Amino acid sequence: MKRISTVPFTGTAEQEQALKNWLAEHKQQRGAAMPALQKAQEIYGYLPLEVQKMVAEALDKPLAEIYGITTFYSWFALSPKGQNDINVCLGTACYVKGSGAIFEKLEKKLGVKDGETTEDGKFSLNAVRCIGACGLAPVLKVNEDVYGRLTGDEKELDEILAKY
Amino acid sequence: MASKTLQDLAAIREKMQRIVGLRGGDEAAAAAAAEAIDPGRINIMICAGTGCTASMSGAVSAAFTEEIEKAGLTDVKVVKTGCFGLCAMGPIVVVYPDASFYCQVKAEDVAEIVQEHIVGGHPVKRLLYDEDAGTEDAGKHKSMSDTSFYRKQMRVALRNCGLINPENIDEYIAYDGYKALGKVLTEMSPDEVIETVLASGIRGRGGAGFPTGMKWKFASGARGEVQKYVCCNADEGDPGAFMDRSVLEGDPHVVLEAMAIAGYAIGADKGYIYVRAEYPIAVQRLSIALAQAHEYGLIGQNIFGTDFSFDVEIKLGAGAFVCGEETALMTSIEGHRGEPRPRPPFPAVKGLFESPTILNNVETYANIPRIILNGAEWYSSIGTEKSKGTKVFALGGKIENIGLVEVPMGTTLREIVEEIGGGIPGGHEFKAAQTGGPSGGCIPASHLDTPIDYDNLVAIGSMMGSGGLIVMDETTCMVDIARFFLEFTVDESCGKCTPCRVGNRRMLEILEKIAQGKASIEDLDKLDSLASYIKANSLCGLGQTAPNPVLSTIRYFRPEYEAHILEKRCPAGVCKALLTYKVDAEKCKGCTLCAKKCPAEAISGAVKEAHTIDIDKCIKCGVCMDNCKFDAISRS
Amino acid sequence: MDKINIKINNVDYQVDAGQTVLDACHSVGIDIPTLCWMRDLNEIGACRMCVVEVKGARTLVTACVYPVNDGMEIVTNSDTVYKARKTNLELLLSTHDQNCLSCVRSTDCELQTLCNEYGVDGMRFTGTRPRYELEKSSLHLVRDNNKCVLCRRCVAACQQQHVGVIAPSERGFNTHIACAFEAPLSETGCISCGQCIVACPTGALTERDDTAKVMEAISDPTKTVIVHTAPSIRATLGEAFGLPVGTFVEGKMVAALRRLGFDKVFDTDTAADFTIMEEAHEFLERVKNGGKLPLLTSCCPGWSKFLEMYHPEFFENISTCKSPQGMMGGLVKTYWAQKNGIDPKDIFVVSIMPCTAKKFELDRYDMHAAGEGIADNDVSLTTRELARMIKRAGLDFANLPDEAFDEALGESTGAAVIFGASGGVLEAALRTAAAWITGADPVSPDFTEVRGEVGAKEATYTVGDIDVKVCSVSGMANVESILRAVNAGEKDYHIIEIMACPGGCVNGGGQPSQPAKVRNFTDLKTLRAAALYSDDAKKVERLSHNNVTVQKVYDEFLEHRGSHKCHDILHTSYQLREFKY
Repeated sequence: MKRISTVPFTGTAEQEQALKNWLAEHKQQRGAAMPALQKAQEIYGYLPLEVQKMVAEALDKPLAEIYGITTFYSWFALSPKGQNDINVCLGTACYVKGSGAIFEKLEKKLGVKDGETTEDGKFSLNAVRCIGACGLAPVLKVNEDVYGRLTGDEKELDEILAKY
Repeated sequence: MASKTLQDLAAIREKMQRIVGLRGGDEAAAAAAAEAIDPGRINIMICAGTGCTASMSGAVSAAFTEEIEKAGLTDVKVVKTGCFGLCAMGPIVVVYPDASFYCQVKAEDVAEIVQEHIVGGHPVKRLLYDEDAGTEDAGKHKSMSDTSFYRKQMRVALRNCGLINPENIDEYIAYDGYKALGKVLTEMSPDEVIETVLASGIRGRGGAGFPTGMKWKFASGARGEVQKYVCCNADEGDPGAFMDRSVLEGDPHVVLEAMAIAGYAIGADKGYIYVRAEYPIAVQRLSIALAQAHEYGLIGQNIFGTDFSFDVEIKLGAGAFVCGEETALMTSIEGHRGEPRPRPPFPAVKGLFESPTILNNVETYANIPRIILNGAEWYSSIGTEKSKGTKVFALGGKIENIGLVEVPMGTTLREIVEEIGGGIPGGHEFKAAQTGGPSGGCIPASHLDTPIDYDNLVAIGSMMGSGGLIVMDETTCMVDIARFFLEFTVDESCGKCTPCRVGNRRMLEILEKIAQGKASIEDLDKLDSLASYIKANSLCGLGQTAPNPVLSTIRYFRPEYEAHILEKRCPAGVCKALLTYKVDAEKCKGCTLCAKKCPAEAISGAVKEAHTIDIDKCIKCGVCMDNCKFDAISRS
Repeated sequence: MDKINIKINNVDYQVDAGQTVLDACHSVGIDIPTLCWMRDLNEIGACRMCVVEVKGARTLVTACVYPVNDGMEIVTNSDTVYKARKTNLELLLSTHDQNCLSCVRSTDCELQTLCNEYGVDGMRFTGTRPRYELEKSSLHLVRDNNKCVLCRRCVAACQQQHVGVIAPSERGFNTHIACAFEAPLSETGCISCGQCIVACPTGALTERDDTAKVMEAISDPTKTVIVHTAPSIRATLGEAFGLPVGTFVEGKMVAALRRLGFDKVFDTDTAADFTIMEEAHEFLERVKNGGKLPLLTSCCPGWSKFLEMYHPEFFENISTCKSPQGMMGGLVKTYWAQKNGIDPKDIFVVSIMPCTAKKFELDRYDMHAAGEGIADNDVSLTTRELARMIKRAGLDFANLPDEAFDEALGESTGAAVIFGASGGVLEAALRTAAAWITGADPVSPDFTEVRGEVGAKEATYTVGDIDVKVCSVSGMANVESILRAVNAGEKDYHIIEIMACPGGCVNGGGQPSQPAKVRNFTDLKTLRAAALYSDDAKKVERLSHNNVTVQKVYDEFLEHRGSHKCHDILHTSYQLREFKY
């Protein structure tokens, strides 16, 4: 289940303007809800109540329906992400090469589960399906940096985390 | 923007020969190039696909640009291309006209290549791909097409990947891009287009393999009277499959061209491409391609000056595997939760926004322009009786040449695994190949000689799916693999219908019990009856095929299941709960590190004396083994 | 209609073309079980209960949405079909709390009925099941997702009401019906109409049960307990006791209430006649003085809540009249209390309503005519709750004698009884308004154009020298489009009757639940409304202003129509109602 943010909303006037401009321009488009939410997440980093309300109002859709959409697709986040986003590939190619164990080790190390953010806000941990670097399996990504051909060694993971 | 004319395209092709002629590609181009090309001119092709980008090909291409500038070379072109296929050896760099194939190039190697090869004319041998490395043929460096990775391949859908700059429409046009669209608009009736596609025998490359021409035919009624849509499924979600992404990254225009052809055939003026948001490079290249096609008027109003107009919009997915199912994809484009709808009505009658719609996947579209240009007969001469053409596979797992391969239908699994794939690394044994992703099954060694086509794969309990092909060796546990795939489908189930929402979850729980050694033999029967119920009763393809990985592993690897259930043993040594850890008293130095690290306080022993593990307390996390510096802990 | 030839279970039939497999089977007397299917409202093929075999199909097909074709061969009774349905049910039970013994819907639950029919093993599948907290934040309903089968009928019903405060959330095994951000229902824009409850096949959605409070009051010797029953109850209560839809049971209902121990059994219809007096008066005043038009009726608390939440721009349009429930409670605790010398604090008023929003209405401001802290009505029960009390009391409903309401506030007219059907309030108001404008009672009191179960009905009547443009609309989606049209200047009416529930109170959210197999093949709205119109036709007095009780109360107590006292007791006001989710 998606964790709903408990952090107070700190959206700025600029962010609101950016979203409202986009909504004003695109709300007539058929099927605007998905691109609207994608845009909103691009602007705010996540989709708290305040943001979903803006989208719902602009598109004349019930908030519950918008919430239903955001909890359906794994791309949408209801709470802010950490400063660094760790994505461990659990695609088949990586899995048969041991990425499942790597993911569990990171869960233990960071004390968080899939989709959660560490208490200090430094790392978010996600299991993802195939990031397309099957040639380097098993791989993980921290932000845009790809680490491939992992052994799953404790030291290796510590070294990667230490860079951030 | 007024559309370019057919003459304009011919002129672009002519002009571009000076550049692309170097690259060979097809024979006519090579012949033309041989005459006209100044040997001092060189194209350096660097893979900028996701795989090579992850191996830092970006830094490599930056280094090339810098070194070439430093060397004052003016007629050398650095071209960022799509995928060459051999991802395991990335980053790949190919130098034309001599087609030197460099692999695992690092930024620090670039100065040497430029000096020795580009300026000096001598390829840097130590960096060239050498499939014979370590054998007595080492250093012979066969040409690309002679290597066992490429020899049996036939590139139709991937023909431009690695050959062109996907961000330059002129390069696409140089290789006959948009010529097929020109041909259908000026020489063929919509029905002739459909007839050609039908006659080619091409079947959908996304899953069940429905004949593409039939799909188009169903949607072709009442042309010009009703709104219709052409959709492209680029929501490639199988974990471990990336052929569609590679086409979008390496040859995005081919999809646009084919969609326009489909639009003309069925009478639609609007297309949507639904692409995974997780594919940023593909999305970017597709957007650039669309902008360029608009600029040339090849997508837009009155294409080639005819009455036909066609526009395309890109829609991003948001992380839901089920949206690869056609009705779910349409529901998602409409702006809802991506839940499938019951069929009938079929999309050809009532699809996107309740209008007649056709949906094909990227790879299917990538074949269409070639079929139009070379003819249905040419295409149907490739492949087997009921499966025509070629198929792209994403080869992964326990195999040497991880990457993307395209072979004629009917190639055997053995050819793919042993010849193209280069076999299993580390002296391990082939155990199974998984095709079709979460909808497919595991194929055992006894079926390695099966010619791969749609029907044969179904007959042996798997399916083509989109083309993921994951190789497994004896260290892979089949119960665990079945569990892995089912966990995936449970995670990705939309939750709308009961069989998939609850049934698959219950199956997964039984598999978990088996993996933990807590199941009884009756649980296998329960799995079996649940599986056939789910297959027959689920609302959409996701649910209907979800039990396949379980059924096929039970079918071929029943003894492995029985070992888990009856002997409480995981033969592959994967299922944690069934493992035991032991300290080898000979090797143990009594350093106490394992005892300190053990979260369950299951290890005891005095300093400098051999330690022991209390099996009852052990939670089988493996921390002791990971931390032991003397290799004294083993697992069985 | 074209006919086609099909085979069902190896028997040849000729059936209408263009229908679904399910309808075709139904037409030849074969029932196909369903959970999620609601005709025209929720045709999503999700529950898979209606699966049948169709020759040539790769999988079983869902009869509810699968069209029949000529030559089709259908099998509805094979072992495969039977096992599939049974497994479906067993899987549903594996996520269900299965505490049927204490469930309000026991014996009346569609899931339970099917489980019985298919002989399921409730324990065949075990495993994790999601656990959900009871949602009981609002005054009118309790949601227990532990009993939910995810048929989504409630979601469709809520969308049809243009409210949409519930939707499927999350996905896969975690899918559940929720408000945005899992918020309590009370903090959303829910209008309390209860359409979700009557749509629910199981005990996942029920009204908040207030019967215990009533039992307590009845057994309290210091309380005078008054009950009054809304117009539509007499047309629907019988269904809860197995009587055919549309059976008129006024006399038995009164007898039952008396036997339950209520001190007085009054008729909300009497209050409905007061409503007409005040509302028709208000209407004519506005017409005469150039007041705000169109006048919007205010009998329906679901609608007035909707207005306060979503359409404050119509605050000046809506009538200030309380609903008949409010008027009755107010009159009991003022006029009747005074007349009988009882302290209103010692009077306990129970209303029997077809409606869950009436539970919410008790809590509205202004609902204490006898003074602060003295509610007009103390408890509002739905038809279902009343039926439950009658069953609990062991009364043999079908064999009760017919009895009459108590005097004083028990006489009513035909104009009042049709309040229960969409268009009825408008028609009743027209009858009286016409009489007052022309100075003579209308020759025929029937204004049939505004009757019927259609969503919106328009008519223009020439009354005296005015062309009165009227509209009666029910179902909030229809209401929303009419309001938007009025806002946009596309529609122009003098008066609009608005009922939240499609078809009006006969189809209210508090009415007896009818399983899908009845709802999908029976026009409940029309059959129930017919019972009311036929009672109206039989009445001696069919015009509200001729109700002798009404005249008497005005003379003795209220002074005159629209008097200050009337405003204190019979009228209310509206405020913006903000909600967070």
